[in-house]
Amino acid sequence: MLSIFTQLANWLTYSLFSLDSNSRLGQAVHFFIEDTTKIFFLIVLMIYVIALIRASLNIERVRDYLAKNNKFFGYLMGSTFGAITPFCSCSSIPVFLGFTSAGIPVGITMSFLLTSPIINEVAVLMLLGLVGWEITIIYVLVGMSIGIVGGVFLDFIRAEKLLQPFALKAYQAAAFSNAEHIISTKLSFKERHDFAKVELLDILSRIWKWVFIGVGLGAALHGFLPDLWFEENLGHGQWWSVPMAVLAGIPLYSNATGVIPIMESLIVKGLPLGTTLAFCMSTVAASFPEFILLKQVMTWKLLAIIFTLLLLSFTLVGWLLNIIYVV
Amino acid sequence: MKEIKVLGIGCAKCIKTAELIQAVANNCGIQVHVVKDASPEVILKHGVMSTPAVIVDNQLMHSGSIPDIKKIEKFLN
Repeated sequence: MLSIFTQLANWLTYSLFSLDSNSRLGQAVHFFIEDTTKIFFLIVLMIYVIALIRASLNIERVRDYLAKNNKFFGYLMGSTFGAITPFCSCSSIPVFLGFTSAGIPVGITMSFLLTSPIINEVAVLMLLGLVGWEITIIYVLVGMSIGIVGGVFLDFIRAEKLLQPFALKAYQAAAFSNAEHIISTKLSFKERHDFAKVELLDILSRIWKWVFIGVGLGAALHGFLPDLWFEENLGHGQWWSVPMAVLAGIPLYSNATGVIPIMESLIVKGLPLGTTLAFCMSTVAASFPEFILLKQVMTWKLLAIIFTLLLLSFTLVGWLLNIIYVV
Repeated sequence: MKEIKVLGIGCAKCIKTAELIQAVANNCGIQVHVVKDASPEVILKHGVMSTPAVIVDNQLMHSGSIPDIKKIEKFLN
């Protein structure tokens, strides 16, 4: 279905602009047109549809579900809900407190909070549209595994002791029954549509410029960097390239939209898959501004542990995938 | 005078919510005192899990989005 965008780019680039399909400029322009049209189409359509569905999925229900279920299953469910419930990073504190005060173990809450930014709808949609479903599935599975393992580890080291005192108290008191509840009413289609429209416009207004910047850079790489440049110049899967990619991803936070089109070019130019995905996860999920927010409910020590945990797991995953996909 | 609190950890939507409530109140000629509150303790106390949330006279009226004008008029009256 998405080949229509290739055809559109063919027509615009080679017929309308009469560029040579073998020239560097022609290839770069083709890449730019194909990717920008495809990304905007996917985002507008899918974000709207997802938001329509999401209008009825509320976080209170997720909390009640997690509070009722047993612990070992809980990490998996925490991570699964994290993957399918997109939420604004500024909600991480209320969500954390809501879960904690319902008596949900910190590890399960963190399975949710770690997975959620890694597997966000925009990143997954773009991976799907640009680099294909195989890599998208690997990305999603790896993201969930990091959430689950991270959660288990945090409970193992008894992370609740490293919460801020008021949050620890709420956890011990499990003041769930005292919390006020908003009575959720059934939404009409119009209300869903309004919610989805606001959501879509909000996301578009935040990311549109990154799509152009990212695809622009990706197009430049695509057209002007020789194929397999990385493989020839960096060698295949040098061990230090993965931690470098993870570190490079940190300051690029919130620009996942811009980074994924670049990744598409990088893979074609021979950057190993593990390195590329480690870079992607680090960009999408390891953000200082968001972590500083969590300081309000956690001690520095716990924050440092979680941040290190994330960077280490991205690096390990990168190495592992590079070994598996070396052939 | 109605005491209105907008809960949220400083996101753009919270600021918009506070401004919108003030504007609606001005339009209707209702005296309100709108404050923004980012304290995790207060958020915990009200059991709010998605922000922005609106507390009117100590009662949770709305959470999770910027409320629309009709809804604001309803809880102002």
